[in-house]
Amino acid sequence: MSARLPEPIVIRPGRGWLGLGARELLRYRDLGYFLVWRDLKVRYKQTAFGAAWAVLQPVLLMLVFTAFLGRIEGIGSAGIPYPLFALAGLVPWMLFSQSLNGASNSLVNNQNLVSKVYFPRLLLPIAAVASFLVDFLVAAVVLLIAMLIFGRVPPPTFLLVPLLGILAVTAALAVGLWLAAINVRYRDVKYAIPFVIQLWLFASPVAYSSELVPGQLRVVFLLNPMTGVIDAFRWASLGGPRPDVAIAASVAVTLAVLIGGIAYFRWFERTFADTI
Amino acid sequence: MTDIAIHAEDLGKQYRLGQHQDPYGRLSEVLYGTIRSALKARSQRHRGKDFWALRDVSFDIPVGAAVGIIGRNGAGKSTLLKILSRITWPTAGSATLQGRIASLLEVGTGFHPELSGTENVYMSGAVLGMRRAEIRRKFDEIVDFSGIDPIFLDTPVKRYSSGMQVRLGFAVAAHLESEILLIDEVLAVGDMEFQKRCLGKMDEVASGGRTILFVSHQLPMIASLCDHSLLMDGGRVVASGPTSEVIQRYQSGGGGNAASVAYPNEARRPGDGTLSLLAAWVENGAGEHCFEHALTDPVRLCVKYRVHERLDVTPQPSLHVTDNSGNYVFVTSPHGWADDLARMPGDYVAAVDIPGHFLNDGMYSVGVAVNHFKGGLQTAFFERGALSFNIVDRIEDNEMRAASRWGGRIPGVVRPLLRWQVEEAR
Repeated sequence: MSARLPEPIVIRPGRGWLGLGARELLRYRDLGYFLVWRDLKVRYKQTAFGAAWAVLQPVLLMLVFTAFLGRIEGIGSAGIPYPLFALAGLVPWMLFSQSLNGASNSLVNNQNLVSKVYFPRLLLPIAAVASFLVDFLVAAVVLLIAMLIFGRVPPPTFLLVPLLGILAVTAALAVGLWLAAINVRYRDVKYAIPFVIQLWLFASPVAYSSELVPGQLRVVFLLNPMTGVIDAFRWASLGGPRPDVAIAASVAVTLAVLIGGIAYFRWFERTFADTI
Repeated sequence: MTDIAIHAEDLGKQYRLGQHQDPYGRLSEVLYGTIRSALKARSQRHRGKDFWALRDVSFDIPVGAAVGIIGRNGAGKSTLLKILSRITWPTAGSATLQGRIASLLEVGTGFHPELSGTENVYMSGAVLGMRRAEIRRKFDEIVDFSGIDPIFLDTPVKRYSSGMQVRLGFAVAAHLESEILLIDEVLAVGDMEFQKRCLGKMDEVASGGRTILFVSHQLPMIASLCDHSLLMDGGRVVASGPTSEVIQRYQSGGGGNAASVAYPNEARRPGDGTLSLLAAWVENGAGEHCFEHALTDPVRLCVKYRVHERLDVTPQPSLHVTDNSGNYVFVTSPHGWADDLARMPGDYVAAVDIPGHFLNDGMYSVGVAVNHFKGGLQTAFFERGALSFNIVDRIEDNEMRAASRWGGRIPGVVRPLLRWQVEEAR
């Protein structure tokens, strides 16, 4: 009988480094599943186009980019039609920007849960970014179709696309953890995010090729984790030299920000219900 | 030996009011505040007032008990449940819980208006800590319990009536498998018939060996469900015991008090450095701490205090007895004490007997104070309503009343046994 008893739950004050709480996260994995499922179900509810939005958004942006930026000489990559070049940048970018937005607002959007029930709070930003992976896969299929239209056979490296999606989502989560925790206390974050995302778009090689960035700016440019993700995504889908340095930089920066983000998030987690 | 399901020790929760009160803080305020505080003296930094929503709360709840928590709004009941549910963290003390915890602080936690009834059952179940397989297994039972026609299950709950939402929400929660169930004022909604069904379910849960902590303003509900209760006031547990007694104390107003108080923690003892209160209690004739006393029996009130330094004049304890409407019945202090008594450092117990056949039946509250004369008259402490006791008129023990067959209460604050003379008029 006593073997069946779980270890007691001890509640005591104090902050401090709580660790990741991996065991608790695992115990609540079903809730994580349902949170993702709910976000997916609700996202395009009561919209006329429904899930078609997942397709429309990158395609419309691609058309705009092509119409206005595609005419600039040398903005894309040699030998790649600009619409494809833009779409291959937009697909990972949309994943990143939507995930970042979702993660940053995940706690505030779920106030009723945070203030009424216990569960590992990390589930909220994680579920928020995970739900956009589905949109991403749909968008990747759109890219695939566009490639076929332009007469390009997808290379075997295209199979790496899901992996790159996970990298993009992890980068969004890393930054989103910070912003989500700050957002609980300062709603400035909510208004700052769209602006930050816009700036970030210009700082990432979505509409232009990263070869255009001059040498002295290159180091700063590589600190942006999306540089590596987008370059790698273009390499995986459209070919060209593999951007090893950019990928390595992206992974390193993402991991550093992620570890800091988890620590920050967990540090303030105990005050969420009181301040939200 | 009974196993303890919930053990709370000196739990406290402090909120800071003032500058940090604004729930939607703005960065500019903080930046401004930081600059300002950097320029000002450190002592002025925390101008916000501290507020203890919960203070020194200690109790043990045995496995399988159903315990009610009652008290006025703002007494700390919900804060206590939130801490035990791990939604918010205590500022002081600790709590140990043995077993899986499910808390129900609102009905329909996790419901999303756009999702259908079926989907929300899964969603809410998962939020409350159920596994997917567990929900699937109990799904039919849950729907059945809610009494919702299955044809509505595919409709988004935003089209449900509020009553239907409540029923579905509670039905999910009622099927939680946990050793400890924490419930906050959730049954106030819903129709009578459904409330009864919920009570039945909770009764079943409690008799199934699970521990329930139940907050409600609906005293009859507490009475029917919980054998024991805690009464909270001002963030503290001011009484605990059999529910009927606790409810009586609560209804008697005066904040509700226990028949004995003790201040084991030196930092939190009432007092002024010269003298401090250690404990106070109400005793019966056998020397037992006792809340209820027969009208015919004497009641002894005791104050235990500590004198910290040598005093020139004997300090003066006093007791302030009020009835349950707050009217003063009397104030009493010792008189004729020798000046060499109880003025050396040490612990003292002052006691006074209220004779039997003096107070009428009813609840009384006792304020405990000690004055000393170091540098003029000083009140070391005055704890209003520190104690309370109940005088009962046991009709069956009273020959005359038993013979009169009248069971109503005889009015009056006092019921002295006075000498009468009856003689034939000339």
